[in-house]
Amino acid sequence: MLKFANVCKRYPLTGDVLRGVSFHLQRGEIAFLTGHSGAGKSTLLKLIALMERCNSGEIWLDGQMLSHVKDSQIPYLRRKMGFIFQDYKLLHDRTIFENVALPLIIAGYGHQETTRKVRAILEKVGLAGKEHKFPLALSGGEQQRVGIARAVVNKPPIIIADEPTGNLDPELSEEIMRLFEGFQQVGVTVLIASHDIALIERMHHRVLKLEHGRLFSV
Amino acid sequence: MKLRRRKQTQEVKVPKQAKPLRQEVKQNRAAGGTAKDKLIICRDLHIQAWFYSLLRLGKTPFASAITIVVLAISIALAGSFQLLLINFQQIAGNFQTSAQISLFLRENINENRARILADTLRKNPAIESVQVISKEQGRALFKTFGSFGAAIDMLDENPLPVVIEIMPKNTLDDDGQIETLVNTLKQRQEVDFVRMDMEWLQRLQAIMAVARRLFVALNTLLGFAVLFITGNTIRLELNNRQEEIMITKLVGATNSFIATPFIYSGFWIGFFAGVLAWFIVALLMVSLRAPVEALSAHYNGNFHLLFLSVADSIKLILVSASLSMLGSCLVVFNQLNKTNPQ
Repeated sequence: MLKFANVCKRYPLTGDVLRGVSFHLQRGEIAFLTGHSGAGKSTLLKLIALMERCNSGEIWLDGQMLSHVKDSQIPYLRRKMGFIFQDYKLLHDRTIFENVALPLIIAGYGHQETTRKVRAILEKVGLAGKEHKFPLALSGGEQQRVGIARAVVNKPPIIIADEPTGNLDPELSEEIMRLFEGFQQVGVTVLIASHDIALIERMHHRVLKLEHGRLFSV
Repeated sequence: MKLRRRKQTQEVKVPKQAKPLRQEVKQNRAAGGTAKDKLIICRDLHIQAWFYSLLRLGKTPFASAITIVVLAISIALAGSFQLLLINFQQIAGNFQTSAQISLFLRENINENRARILADTLRKNPAIESVQVISKEQGRALFKTFGSFGAAIDMLDENPLPVVIEIMPKNTLDDDGQIETLVNTLKQRQEVDFVRMDMEWLQRLQAIMAVARRLFVALNTLLGFAVLFITGNTIRLELNNRQEEIMITKLVGATNSFIATPFIYSGFWIGFFAGVLAWFIVALLMVSLRAPVEALSAHYNGNFHLLFLSVADSIKLILVSASLSMLGSCLVVFNQLNKTNPQ
């Protein structure tokens, strides 16, 4: 599903951030990406999201080599990924429904289908009945579930989460992780960047550890 | 850079998977449905963006109002120039009646021969109308000029020749045409001399040419002003909504999807500015009407201030809206290509 082969990323000012990173995530696999801040976690995620391009090596996503993707095709490729952020990144001037519906509207779904899908996913993440509220009226845990709903509503084959539980207490974090495991069961690949060691150890999933730009599987 | 990247990737030994086919990516362009469904969805998206952009304009009424007023003033200036030109052309049109050519025939030419000559002249395509003034008519006309009338009565014989008055066609558009006409008329043996105030006409034509050129130049400048004013407003709006744009990009929006509401914002700004400009021009006209009519009364009284016609008014608003849309279009795509999610 997601494969890194000897990927290097170098910034002009900071030098090598990723050095020869290789790993392979199978379809329906959950993996944690961990490491100290500055170890290259966000850079790795940016390479997957095509916010950055690697200097050398290959990245394959769902059978496509990312370095071969033209700029104009990036939007269509991003529809195959669901992104979840530490700070949720919701649009505060739009309702929960509109936030979650955004990927569907972009992908060109009609009104009826959008409504049906959004209702279904909101129910799944436990936010049924709150679709007309605005994000700031919800708690942190609820906002993150909106973020997750938005990431998965279009059924992408891979979910990439950047510190999804960073702002949540352990109980809520656990709950969010259970949601991810639920997606895993239907064949979705999940990559979670996190430094919550305690949580990672409890979950017993594959761990990819970045140290000074090199990757170690634990 | 690209070459280098490709070279390095070749060194890596990875089992080669088939290079992605173009179609694979394209399949994801839109959700399912027939072409007709997609068209309807696309149309709905545009309608939504259209209203949404209007709504957004209303959310920042002060900032929007400032932009619209500035634009409206520029457009009103352009509109006023156009009106000035329209009215100037009207005045020039009135003067056109004095651009007639008088043929003073030789003394031995009597009225009948003059009429025959007039008939041949009527066939000339450069001539609008021909009128024969007989010796008697000439005398009667002469008498109306005060003291001259008394002088002519003192003579036994009528000394006036037969005169043919000619009104040329399109006098203002092409002065070369008139000159040729005058020259051919001079060569006729019946004609003693031809009188026409050419210099006067040429001056008027020159002034009109300058006015037209000035009009085009000023309106081009004002058009650019509209383009840049809207462009700048939309640029500020884009900066204010950077976060939203970034999020939308990350969930897979294309640049055109993000750009659409901004371009419609440009449309609305231009549209409202056009309407406001029309009212500004109307106000100007209303305030000018009375003094101009008074001035006109001192002359022949056949000059009336013309206002923008319905077609001109619609054109004013449409030009304003489209220029404004174009301005936002240029800025939005330029900015969106530059911004990448961080």
